[in-house]
Amino acid sequence: MQQETLKDYSQDARIFKFRAALALVVVTLAFSVLLGRVYFLQVIEHERYAAISDRNRIQLQPVAPRRGLIYDRNGILLADNQPTFSVTLLREEIRNIDETLEALAELIEITDRDVERFRQRLQQRRRPYESVPLRFRLTEEEIARISLNYHQLPGVQVEADLIRYYPYGESLAHVLGYVGRINERDLETLDPVKYAGTHYVGKLGVERFYEPILHGDVGSRKVETNARGRVLRILEQDDPTPGVDIQLSLDLRLQQFTEKLLEGRRASVVALDPKTGGILALVSTPAYDPNLFVMGISATDYNALRDDIDLPLFNRAVRGGYPPGSTIKPIIAMAAIDSETVRPDYTIWDPGYYQITPGGRRYRDWRRGGHGRVNLNLAIAQSVDTWFYDVGHRMGNEPMARYMRMFGFGEITALDTPEAIRGVLPTVDWKRGSLGEPWYPGDSVNMSIGQGYMVATPLQLAIAANVLANRGRWQQPRVLKGVLEETDEGRVLTLPDLVHSREVPEDVVIRHPEFWDPIIQGMVDVVHGPTGTARRVAQGMTYRMASKTGTAQVVAIPDDGRYNPDELSERHHDHALFIAFAPVEDPQIAIAVVVENGGGGSSVAAPIARQVMDAWLLNDYGTEEEPDDDGA
Amino acid sequence: MTGRDFQRTMPGASTHFRQAPSLWSYTHLDAWLLLLLMLLCSYGLFVLYSASGQDMGDVTRQAIRMGAGFFVMIVLAQMRPRMLMTLTPWLYLLGVGLLVAVMLFGVSAKGAQRWIALPGFRFQPSELMKLVLPMAMAAYLVRDQLPPRFKHILVSLLIMAVPTALIMKQPDLGTSLLIACSGVFVLLLSGLYLRYVVSALVLIGAALPVLWSFMKGYQKQRVMTFLNPESDPLGAGWNIIQSKTAIGSGGVSGKGWLQGTQSQLNFLPESHTDFIIAVIGEELGIYGIGFLILLYLLIIFRGMLLAMRAQDNFSRLLAGSITLTFFVYVMVNIGMVTGLLPVVGVPLPMISYGGTSIVTLMAGFGMLMSVAAYSRSPRR
Repeated sequence: MQQETLKDYSQDARIFKFRAALALVVVTLAFSVLLGRVYFLQVIEHERYAAISDRNRIQLQPVAPRRGLIYDRNGILLADNQPTFSVTLLREEIRNIDETLEALAELIEITDRDVERFRQRLQQRRRPYESVPLRFRLTEEEIARISLNYHQLPGVQVEADLIRYYPYGESLAHVLGYVGRINERDLETLDPVKYAGTHYVGKLGVERFYEPILHGDVGSRKVETNARGRVLRILEQDDPTPGVDIQLSLDLRLQQFTEKLLEGRRASVVALDPKTGGILALVSTPAYDPNLFVMGISATDYNALRDDIDLPLFNRAVRGGYPPGSTIKPIIAMAAIDSETVRPDYTIWDPGYYQITPGGRRYRDWRRGGHGRVNLNLAIAQSVDTWFYDVGHRMGNEPMARYMRMFGFGEITALDTPEAIRGVLPTVDWKRGSLGEPWYPGDSVNMSIGQGYMVATPLQLAIAANVLANRGRWQQPRVLKGVLEETDEGRVLTLPDLVHSREVPEDVVIRHPEFWDPIIQGMVDVVHGPTGTARRVAQGMTYRMASKTGTAQVVAIPDDGRYNPDELSERHHDHALFIAFAPVEDPQIAIAVVVENGGGGSSVAAPIARQVMDAWLLNDYGTEEEPDDDGA
Repeated sequence: MTGRDFQRTMPGASTHFRQAPSLWSYTHLDAWLLLLLMLLCSYGLFVLYSASGQDMGDVTRQAIRMGAGFFVMIVLAQMRPRMLMTLTPWLYLLGVGLLVAVMLFGVSAKGAQRWIALPGFRFQPSELMKLVLPMAMAAYLVRDQLPPRFKHILVSLLIMAVPTALIMKQPDLGTSLLIACSGVFVLLLSGLYLRYVVSALVLIGAALPVLWSFMKGYQKQRVMTFLNPESDPLGAGWNIIQSKTAIGSGGVSGKGWLQGTQSQLNFLPESHTDFIIAVIGEELGIYGIGFLILLYLLIIFRGMLLAMRAQDNFSRLLAGSITLTFFVYVMVNIGMVTGLLPVVGVPLPMISYGGTSIVTLMAGFGMLMSVAAYSRSPRR
C-alpha cells in the first residue's frame, strides 16, 4: 500500500513535471510573440507611429497680427491695442455650460451682463472649435485662480489678446468707428485664412475702411496640445505681419474743442484743410463710447443708445441728410452766371416775394419787406431768396443740378467715411424715377434756395466749401494723412493703394474763371460786408472769412405765415447751417456747421464756425464762452 | 516504481534534518520570488509616477496596497497546503454564495454589478473566486488517481462553470475568463489525456458562434473593435489606436521617463490602469518593455519550479495554476494593449493602478510560497 502510494506520487510528479515544462515552453513562446509584436511596433513601424504621435500633439494654430495703430496729425495715439487676458469657453469641450459658468462664478467675478453677452455670442455662428469669451480684462489674481482649477474646468481657457482701446472715447467715435468681434455677417465676406486667428474686425468709420491695411497678415505657430486641445507650449512660430500704423489728418485738439462747442446740441461740424482735402475735424453730437462695442455691447447698453431720442449712434456728419438751405446759394449763383442764364450784373427788384406768373403763388423772401434792388453780391451777402428764385426759375433744373454735382452734391466723394450717404440732388430724371412726377417750375424755385427735394450731409457741405475755397480745384477729401511705413531712414509717411479706391472728382469746369471773384466776394461780404447776414461774427476777426449762412425749415410754413420759434416745439425749430473758409486769400480751413433745430444759421452756426477757425488759424483755444447771441 | 523515484522524495526529507533553519525556511518565504516581486513592484511604482501625471498621491496609495499585498502573502505563506485543502470546500461554497449575493444585492458601477457593499468598504467576490477556484478544482481532482477520469473531469468542469457563469453574468468578461483559465490549467496540469484536450478544442470551435449570439453588445463591440480598430477611431477603437501609437512612437529607447507625449498629454486613455504598459513602451522604449517581460518570465519560471518541487498533487496543481494564471494576466493585458488581443479589462499585474488585483495576486503568491515552504519540509 505504502509502496503503491509512493509509486503513484512519483508518476503524478512525472506527469506534472512534463506538463509544467510544456507550459513553460508555451509561456516562453507566447512572450516571444509579445516581444515580437512590440519589436514590430517600436522598431519596424516606429516612424509611422512617431508621425501619428506628433500629429496628435502638434497643431498648427493661426496667430492674429497686431492691429495697426491710429494717430492724429500730431502723432497723438487715437486707437491703441491693450493686452488683456480673457477667460473663454470652448463649446465643444463643455458638457454643461451652466455648470461651468457656476463653477467659474465661484472663482472670478462674473456679472449677469457678462453672462448675457456670452450667451449672445454663443448664439452666433462660429468657426468650429473657436472659443467664446466670457469675461475680459482679468486681473492677475483671477488668472491664477482659474489656472489652479484648470483640470476641473475642461474647455475653459485663459487667452491673451490685444484689445482695441480708444482713449478718447466719444470724441472720435463717429470718425474712427470701432472694431467689434467678428460675427456671422463678417464671416461671409472675410478671407477665412487671413482672419483665421483674428477676433475683431473694423465695423465702422476709419477702422472699417482701412481694415485691409490695419489688419496685417496672419502668422502661425506650431503648438503642443493635450488631448483636450489645451495648448501646452509653443514649438515654432511664424510671426504674423503686424498691421500698418496710420496717421490721420484729424487734429485731436481741434476735434475735442469743436466737440465742446457742440455740447448739448444735436449738431455736427466738418472741417477740411483746403490744401490737402484732409479732414481736420469731424464731429457729430451726441456721440457714444466706441469702447463699449469692442468686446460686444450688452443688450441693455445698446438699447439705451438706440432708444435715446437724440440718436447718439447716428453719425450726423456723414449720414445726416439736411436741406442745405441758403448755404448752396454761391453755387447756384455761379451756375446762373456761368451758364450765361443771366449776366454777372443781373439785378432784380425784390418786393419780399417772387411769383413765377403774375398773380400766381408767392414765394416769400426771408425778409418780409424785401431787399429792394438786389444784385449778385447782395443776393449772396444778404441771402436774398427772391434773386435766386428768379435765376433758379430762369435756369431750370439742369444747370443747377450740373453745377451742384461738380461741387460734390448727390455724390460720395470722401474717401474713408464708408458710411457716408449721397444725399439727394434732384434732377428731372430723378423726380420722374422716384416720385413719378414731372419737374415743375416751382421745383426749380425751391431748389435755388436749397429747399424742396435737396438733401445734403454736413460732410458734403464742408467739401463744397472746400471746393469753393480752392476755386474749383478738387482735393480728395479724406481722414487719412498717410500710412507710417518703416524704411531704412526711419518712418516715412506714404499713401496706400487704398486711396485710389475712389476717384477724385474732376475739377469744377467753369467757362468764365473770372466769375470766381464775384462769387467769393459775395461770400466774403456775408461776414465782412456792412449788411452781410453773418456780419456779427466779424467782430474782432483778424483774418478774412468767406462764408454762407443757411436756415433749413423743418416744418413747412404757410405762404402767408411767419416763422415764430416760440410757437413751435424745439424739435420743429429750423436747422441752423453755415459754410465758410478762411483766410480768403490763402484758405487753410473750410468748414460746415449744422445745428439741428438751432434756429438761424447766422446766430447759432456762424459763431461756432468762427471759434473753430480762431482755434485753427490763430491757435486760440481760449475760453469757450458763447459769443453774443442777439436774435435771428 | 523505480529506486530513483523513491530516492527523489528523500533529499527534501533529509535536508530538514541536516540544515539549521535559515531565515527563509523560518519565514516560509521564497527568496527568489520575493526579490522578483519586489523588483516588479518598484518598477511599477516608478512607472506609475509618470503614468498618473506625477501624482504622488496615487503612488503612495499604490504602495500602501502593495504593502497590504505583501502582508497577505506572508500570512498565507504560513498556512499548510493541507490546511488550505481542508478549507477549500467551505471557501468554495462561501465564494459561490457571495457571487449569488452580488447578483441579488450587489452594487452597480459602470453597468456591471460586481461589488458587495459592506460598511466601510466594498468587496468584490470574484476576486476571492480567483483564488478559490483552482483550489477547489485541485482539491477535487487529487482525491482520485491522476490523470482524472472522464466522470471527474465533468464534475470538475461543473465546479468551474458555476462561478464562471455567475461572474460572466455580472457582466465581467475579463475576470470570468481568468477564472476559467485557472480551472483549465488545473485540468491540463493534472495530466488530462490529450484526446480530451483535442476534443475540447473542437467543441469550443463549434461553440464560438453560439457564444457570439449570447454576448452582450459591448462585448461584441470589443471583439469587432479588436478585429478592426480603425473602424471607430474616435469611439471604441480610440484606446487601441492611441496605445499602439504610444508604444510605436517610443521606439527603441523611448522618449524618456515623464516625457511621453501620448501619455502625459492625455491622448492615451486609462494610462495608469489597464493601458499602463503603453506608457512604459512610450517612455522607456523596447528596453523598458523587454525588462518587464523578462521579470514576468522569471517569476513564472520560478513559480513553475516551485510547483515542480511540491510534494503532493494538490500543492503542485495549485501552484502551477496560480503561476499560469499570472501568465494569462500578463499575456491578455499586453496582448490587448499592443493590439494582438481584444480589449478585455485585465490589469497588468503589479503595475496597473488599482487595489484588488494586487492583493489577490499577492495572496496567490502567498499560497505558492506556502507550497514551496512545505515542500522543503514535507513532514513538519
